[in-house]
Amino acid sequence: MLKLILRRVLVAIPTLILVSMIVFGLQKILPGDPVLTLAGEERDPAVLDYLRDKYRLDDPLPMQYAAWVGQVLQGDLGRSLRTDVPVTTLIAQKLPVTLQLAVMAMFWALLIGIPAGILAAVKKGTKVEYGANVAALSGMSIPNFWLGILLIMLVSVQWRLLPASGYVPPSQDLWLSFKTMLMPSIVLSTALAAYLMRHTRSSMLEALNADYVRTARAKGVSPRGVVLRHALRNALMPIVTLVTLLFGELLAGAVLTEQVFTIPGFGKLIVDAVFNRDYAVVQGVVLVVAAGFIIMNLVADVLYILINPRLRHA
Amino acid sequence: MKRLRITIGAVLLALAATPSMAQNLRIGLQEDPDVLDPHRARTYVGRIVFTSLCDKLVDINSKLEFIPQLAQSWSWNADNTVLTFKLRTDATFHDGAKFDAAAAKANLDRAMTLQDSLRKSELTSVAKVEAPDAETLVLTLKQADATLIAQLSDRAGMMLSPKTFNDQDPAAVGRAPVCSGPYKFVQRVQNDRIVLEKFDGYYNTKDFSFKRLTFLPIPDTTVRLSNLRAGDLDIVERINPSDAAQVKGDANLTLSTVAGLGFQQFRFNIGNGERAKTSPFKDKRVRQAFQLILDRNVINEVIGGGLFEPAQQPFPPASPYSSDKFPVTQRNVAKAKALLKEAGVERVKAELMFGNNTTTSAMAEMTQAMAAEAGFDLSLRPTEYAAMQKEAIAGNFDVIIIGWSGRVDPDGNIYGFLTTKGALNDGKYSNPDVDRLLGEARTVNDTAARKALYDQAQTIIQDELPQINIYFQPWPFAVQKKIKGFVPYPDGMIRLKGVTAG
Repeated sequence: MLKLILRRVLVAIPTLILVSMIVFGLQKILPGDPVLTLAGEERDPAVLDYLRDKYRLDDPLPMQYAAWVGQVLQGDLGRSLRTDVPVTTLIAQKLPVTLQLAVMAMFWALLIGIPAGILAAVKKGTKVEYGANVAALSGMSIPNFWLGILLIMLVSVQWRLLPASGYVPPSQDLWLSFKTMLMPSIVLSTALAAYLMRHTRSSMLEALNADYVRTARAKGVSPRGVVLRHALRNALMPIVTLVTLLFGELLAGAVLTEQVFTIPGFGKLIVDAVFNRDYAVVQGVVLVVAAGFIIMNLVADVLYILINPRLRHA
Repeated sequence: MKRLRITIGAVLLALAATPSMAQNLRIGLQEDPDVLDPHRARTYVGRIVFTSLCDKLVDINSKLEFIPQLAQSWSWNADNTVLTFKLRTDATFHDGAKFDAAAAKANLDRAMTLQDSLRKSELTSVAKVEAPDAETLVLTLKQADATLIAQLSDRAGMMLSPKTFNDQDPAAVGRAPVCSGPYKFVQRVQNDRIVLEKFDGYYNTKDFSFKRLTFLPIPDTTVRLSNLRAGDLDIVERINPSDAAQVKGDANLTLSTVAGLGFQQFRFNIGNGERAKTSPFKDKRVRQAFQLILDRNVINEVIGGGLFEPAQQPFPPASPYSSDKFPVTQRNVAKAKALLKEAGVERVKAELMFGNNTTTSAMAEMTQAMAAEAGFDLSLRPTEYAAMQKEAIAGNFDVIIIGWSGRVDPDGNIYGFLTTKGALNDGKYSNPDVDRLLGEARTVNDTAARKALYDQAQTIIQDELPQINIYFQPWPFAVQKKIKGFVPYPDGMIRLKGVTAG
């Protein structure tokens, strides 16, 4: 077990290096010049030269990369070109925000997606299944930004029930924090719930047709017991992997949802940084997000082994 | 079931009961400001925050006249090379230190010497700064500079507490700026909020009624307006022209708009790189024809919702340098065709580059349609802003639509764009007469004499048309009705003196 985790971690290192190189390279291909966005409207040539020199933007690319990696290895992700704030500080500020949004969205998704999936599988061929399918398809295809703006218009502007956007840390006001995050987390959860429902449904269907379920039925286990204790347990295995991977994706920030609800999380940070050509921020955040994603993958692997004893000896 | 209904009702009630925050003024900004150090800052939204945070030597009123702020009065010597300020004696910085001439000198010195100061170019004419006594500040200039007072009415004239200057870490100032304005800095969360709190030591504290200001960057215009309509914001800047009618129709909101100092314009590539050699716009008759196809009134009404005041000159109507000699050119397709014929081109093939946003795209499409009638085949090239800037400097364009946020002093709206060595002269237009006239206008303090020079320069420019102005950038604010006393200024700043929560 420990050996397996160790092996996974070692494999992750080259992935991280590759990611950092790709991000670094792609950014330089981006049209536009960070110095021009930094120097202000007047673009004083003396300032342009100074900034170019300060951020070593005239150095050859490999040298720039090496300098950056050197910094990163010492735990320094650099400073935002735009506001001078250390990137590590920015990440520390944004991580709880994104985490809160991700956890809440995942909670709604699990709350709705899994029971709906079970129901759709058990009531196969009935109106319930069709209903669940239509809901899932809508959840997947309705764009988040549209649903978000619609909800803001209705819930905040018309009915004045919830704050339209923004972010309040739970430490400051737990109830207000929950209220502010409610709409965005629901919007974000629509697609997730839909995925979970579809996967739960198909994996449940498979399980319900399995031999052990027939055996359980023959033994006289109650229908509820068959579904929940026998079928669901086995059906959930692929779902666990899916959930961890989806959660990893959520950590990268929900770009559109965060933009619409002006939530200062990772997604908004990256988008704003790209538009401002704030290289240091883009590089730092992508690196951290990639690391997070790799960790979630690792967690998925470990969970899988924990749930499925057969894999422990493989 | 009944219990469930009661529970739901209770939850809804609880959700609706948002605490009222009359003491807190919440302002929605279009973007997150950059670094909050007046000497290194560059964004418009940053200046909105500075207006409440950092007092300046002088301020402007809504007619663009200079009025005292930290300086009580000022005077020039006979040949306009020595500027003497009499300073307030009752101003304090937020850290309790007293504001005096020595502090003002320390600030100006920093603005002129700090390595990445963006104010250097604004203060190039200053040779030395002296503080002979606590209330007197003397600026000796290298040569007469009529633009200087205007510079000192903006970031170059903002005063930080010199105690906070740190040679080891010059960036520290911007992370927690300590100024002497009516509000002091409390907290900033990047991309989320900037919080200021009323400074009780301010010399004029009774005129400011809000205890707290919260600036919230919300880039999406629809979401920004929704927040206002939901009551989560009190003032938002730069609403979409297309939303103007909606704001007017909302009983809780007021639309407060003013023609700004800035403008949108077409800029032609006349001499920048290889592209200029083949550009059809190198012939001035083609540029004149291009102006004749343009209907600025239609652009104003259809795209601008009536907020886009047509612009012929670089100086807004509120400016004393706006001249009645250059009225807005009216659309005349026949004349445009005749000019093209004279230039020997029946069909003009060219590319129009513009920043990829709703308003500019609509304007580009409209221009394309209007120009087609006279024989222009414009292809459109929407480009992301940062990329467009680089292309413009590299000369990779025929004609671009580009904006300028505007300056109080007329020089800032014309010199950099049209002089041969101007930093903003993307099209590399060059005319020695224009260089001379605009250079001279920089040194003349008398308004009438200065205007005469600008009129002469404009006579040439309006004939040669290296750029064609389209409209003056409006500053449309939407404000809650309960907020009383808000006045929009042509510089687009939010001045809170006398503004109350009704």
